[in-house]
Amino acid sequence: MGLTGLEIYKHLPKTNCKECGSPTCLAFAMALAAGKASLDACPYVSDEAKEALDSASAPPIKLVKVGTGDHVVDLGEETEIFRHDKRFFHPTGLAVLISDTEDVAAKVEKFEDLKFHRVGLDYVTDMVAVKCDSGDAAKFKEAVETVAGKTEKAMVLLTEDPAVMEAALDVVADRKPLLWAATADNYEKMTELAKGKECPLVLKGKDLHETAELVEKVVALGYKELVLDSGARETSKALADLTQFRRLAVRKKFRPFGYPVFAITSKDDPREEVIQAGVYLSKYADVVVMKACEKQQLLPLLSWRQNIYTDPQKPVAVEAKLNAVGDADENSPVYITTNFSLTYFLVEGEIEATRIPSWILSVDTAGTSVLTAYADNKFSAEIIAEALKKSGAEENVKRHTLILPGYVAVLKGSLEEESGGWEVMVGPREASGINKFAKEKFA
Amino acid sequence: MAVEILKEKYRSKVGEVVLGATKEEGGTRSHTITVGGETSLPYLHFEGETPNRPVMALEVWDTAPTEWPPFFEKFYGDVWNDPGEWAKKCVNEFGADLIQLRLAGADPDINDASPEDCTVAVKKVLEAVGVPLIVIGCGKPEKDNLIYAPVAEAAAGENLLLGVAELENYKAVNSACMANKHNIIASSPIDINICKQLNILIIEMSTAMANRIIIDPTVAALGYGAEYSFSIMERARNGALQGDKMLGMPMIGNIGSEVWRTKEAITPTEDEPGWGEQEERGILWEATTAMAYLQSGIDMLVMRHPEALKIIEKQIDDLMQDNSY
Repeated sequence: MGLTGLEIYKHLPKTNCKECGSPTCLAFAMALAAGKASLDACPYVSDEAKEALDSASAPPIKLVKVGTGDHVVDLGEETEIFRHDKRFFHPTGLAVLISDTEDVAAKVEKFEDLKFHRVGLDYVTDMVAVKCDSGDAAKFKEAVETVAGKTEKAMVLLTEDPAVMEAALDVVADRKPLLWAATADNYEKMTELAKGKECPLVLKGKDLHETAELVEKVVALGYKELVLDSGARETSKALADLTQFRRLAVRKKFRPFGYPVFAITSKDDPREEVIQAGVYLSKYADVVVMKACEKQQLLPLLSWRQNIYTDPQKPVAVEAKLNAVGDADENSPVYITTNFSLTYFLVEGEIEATRIPSWILSVDTAGTSVLTAYADNKFSAEIIAEALKKSGAEENVKRHTLILPGYVAVLKGSLEEESGGWEVMVGPREASGINKFAKEKFA
Repeated sequence: MAVEILKEKYRSKVGEVVLGATKEEGGTRSHTITVGGETSLPYLHFEGETPNRPVMALEVWDTAPTEWPPFFEKFYGDVWNDPGEWAKKCVNEFGADLIQLRLAGADPDINDASPEDCTVAVKKVLEAVGVPLIVIGCGKPEKDNLIYAPVAEAAAGENLLLGVAELENYKAVNSACMANKHNIIASSPIDINICKQLNILIIEMSTAMANRIIIDPTVAALGYGAEYSFSIMERARNGALQGDKMLGMPMIGNIGSEVWRTKEAITPTEDEPGWGEQEERGILWEATTAMAYLQSGIDMLVMRHPEALKIIEKQIDDLMQDNSY
């Protein structure tokens, strides 16, 4: 990735033997750079050259998978420092922490219930972490077994004692849990365990330097399914380290940091903990482990995660159709808006708040807002009337009342004509004015 | 193995703006507040300075709000008929760094309060508290344009932060600020070009305004386009650090008023049991929104729920801890 043909050419034999199928080594290098050829086609490339080219063409941050089946969580493979430069790809795995000294069954049941529906999307808390606080291998194993029996979500196992980890892996290795943590003291045993069971492994250093050293040692042992933890637990320090991990991996292609990163909250106050997790989520953590397990605590975090992992270049659209709000029936008014999801859900929220059953016709404006769509001729009287006809409103709604967004009041006359006799009312310019408007007109 | 810490070198910094004026400076504030001045991206103390910690205002209205969720009454119910008392409680009890007085009552659809009524409300707050003051209109430009001049004049010398100026409507408020040496909120609709353009227009009217502008890039609530605002702010701050003077101002966001009209904050527990307890949900919605903007470089947050302010106050303490290597 990012290598030019000339950079690749430097590593090739430059013999122009043609055995790869290209007329010259340079032509082959160009084809490689364009992703149209594979290095395997060259029979003479040296091992060093191969490694250099492989690592240069690898993504700056490796993809690491945790869990199995439908519940695999993809971590890493990020390429940006700022989402506005392209996008963030794999949403942070949010893991709820369960200690083996608490009521494990009760907490995992609560965890399983952490799914939400808002703005037309389903949000799930996708990971569960089990921590050995008891120091007792049997107890930890039992806790892990209880959790595994009650959820299929991806798991994180937290203990620095290889014997305790081994006991737990006896029962859940096939679930491919993320193992935390290999340290300078235990990395040989932990790596052996992780490698043997093919489970991803977190390397925890005392700081960035020690973490980088650990990576080199573990990679030398032949294992690369890694996640990194610099050990920082204070918000400010962790923010700095998370920033360095991402910057060095992406900007400098610093290979020891080319792995997903791990953060764990340190706050005991649940409110402070949620907000601390929010910082790690905003700034580069691929996994965040936290104790919070209440619906009102997870909903904001999952919403923020959904927000920052959207593709900034792609307007988010909802389906263009006639939508009922409340118990809308044939006597309810029809609000018109665009299918830009932000506009749509704002309007929907405000109409819901009026508690007056209504319809919303979301017109296909290619996911653009009212003013943008209007300026772009995607929200004209003809287009709205056409959408109205296609929506089935003609047949299903007897009361022929349309409410037009205030910003396009100018369309009133032409829409009355195009719609074939619907009454067109000019609504407020902003969604926030809907409540007052509806109460005056329809209450 | 030694890791070579990657420190960015920026060409420029965010400008500093001073709000409020003490007696010696011609006002009546007990102290001034300086915002801005950052020389790095947010809280990366290892490569730059954040000389002034972000500050939080609480909202005070000149009329008792009728549409806030009922639990706000336990905090503000005893004072919200008197903006002075209300402001006092925000500062003394809830720890607000400053007050944002919204002249909501001027709205023709609310009380249609006269410009004179508005100046009375401003004076009440100035007398009640010693912190610097933000004053904004009711949000209806045709009415707000009648208010700015009398308010700015009545508070001459106090070095207010007055707003809001928008691309289609900035002259009246800017003139009021210029004539009475106040600071201005320049508001743009999540659009970096409009943001710059408005700053240029304001400064064209008077170069003295160049270090009196606070950018309001428009903050959306969490779940309602917060990522757009987040990215616009990140871009603006990057631009400022790279030397774009028309982006080099501190930033402000109306967190509370945005959050407390979202479905997640105003829907009662019994209507959405799957979303958890309402007040806590709303507090965390507000705090999470504020958290996100702290990470994109906001300097001034206008909050509504005292508990959300408290959580963020603590987080600012944490973020201001040194993290140099």
